[in-house]
Amino acid sequence: MSQHQTSDTDEASEAFDSPTVINEAVKGPDDAAESQATLSAEIADIESQYKQNLAAGQKPEAQPRLDYRPYRSSILRHPTKDPRHTDPETIELFSPAFGHRDIGTLESDLTIQADGEPIGERIRVTGRVLDGDGRPVRNQLVEIWQANSAGRYIHKRDQHPAPIDPNFTGVGRTLTGPNGEYSFTTIKPGPYPWKNHHNAWRPAHIHFSLFGSEFTQRMITQMYFPGDPLFALDPIYQSITDQKARDRLVATYDHNITEHEFLMGYNWDIVLTGANRTWMEEEDDD
Amino acid sequence: MTDLTATPDLTPTPGQTVGPFYGYALPYDHDNELVPPGSARAVQLTGAVYDGAGERVPDAILEIWQPDENGDVPRATGSLRRNGFTFTGFGRAAVDPEGEFSFSTVNPGPTEAGKAPFISVVIFARGLLNRLFTRIYLPEDTEALAADPFLSSLDEADRRRLIATRGADASLHFDIRLQGEEETPFLRFPGHED
Repeated sequence: MSQHQTSDTDEASEAFDSPTVINEAVKGPDDAAESQATLSAEIADIESQYKQNLAAGQKPEAQPRLDYRPYRSSILRHPTKDPRHTDPETIELFSPAFGHRDIGTLESDLTIQADGEPIGERIRVTGRVLDGDGRPVRNQLVEIWQANSAGRYIHKRDQHPAPIDPNFTGVGRTLTGPNGEYSFTTIKPGPYPWKNHHNAWRPAHIHFSLFGSEFTQRMITQMYFPGDPLFALDPIYQSITDQKARDRLVATYDHNITEHEFLMGYNWDIVLTGANRTWMEEEDDD
Repeated sequence: MTDLTATPDLTPTPGQTVGPFYGYALPYDHDNELVPPGSARAVQLTGAVYDGAGERVPDAILEIWQPDENGDVPRATGSLRRNGFTFTGFGRAAVDPEGEFSFSTVNPGPTEAGKAPFISVVIFARGLLNRLFTRIYLPEDTEALAADPFLSSLDEADRRRLIATRGADASLHFDIRLQGEEETPFLRFPGHED
């Protein structure tokens, strides 16, 4: 069994340690004494340079930059050499198979995992997982995790002084259906303070972990909620320099998903990188 | 509900960092045990993840995906709830507070005769804004390694960095260096755009 919690003594943690620690001049790349204004200026410079590149004919960027200085923890954790281009080999053209034995039927409803009702705005997030050719990704694992409605994670390293909800762990799993569809019932997460700089807050988000029909399509990302006032200030969201690309991480409010006197509905479709294996081979995957 | 007839935007959805709080969500019981540790076929795969300053990274999580000893691609379900007998080919390991990971697995066989066998790896970490792919090649079949078109396209140092070392106890060792002189070669597959 592997380690279930990461270190709670790591100085470079993004966790909000406590107001006392935040007010000390922490040395190092995660220096919390830096202001939002400093970070916002860096974000604006990168964005302005990107727009000039676009105007000069550069192809729009669709993925986050790995080297994105405003996200201070990325400074020592991004590769500096170009990735090596290669075609996938046989094993990489397949994905691990998951089935109903892997997941409990209740794991896609995060509001019924305890004895009582979690506090907050009940929501449903539903959509489809597609490959780059628009084909549904069927019978594949989708995992989510998130903060509670107060912006607190059930994680011992999260010391943000907001209440833990005894009825909410914020963890869900499901398998996609025949049309690539998934659905989670949960609570809308709150914004979350972190240590990247002074008064840094993450926009409300749900972490999504996704598998495709090929291992090369494996990805982890974050889904955001429409109109969040923190978007412009957040280095992780802004590490995607292209606005259209960022928009792909933002769910759409959908009143047809909303249920009368019960929950608010959001739609979010996910497109994985293009599949390399042929569709015929995919047919016998089930 | 979702309109299945609408033409969707098929540009891939951007990735984002796994963040610091995956620890209560992604790990699961026996996640790093593709075969039970200590069983006759079990091989330990260990290593550490390092940042650009040479420091161990204590908040990374790795997944491996591989064929069995015969080179067959596993199609069995059950990775999340292992029964101890079925080889599903998939494992997940969060690094420990020292930045080290460990899997109990088998030596992958070649998926085609004469191919160099390897374990496919994906890496996530706090501070890493998108996943990274690499391969862990087995050191033994020097002929297949020398003939491998991908390995042959790399310089000698990079080639060496993708080949695991074998311990006296038959274990495999492979470190991952996210940045720097000894940086691990990471892979880009067709369709993976910036």
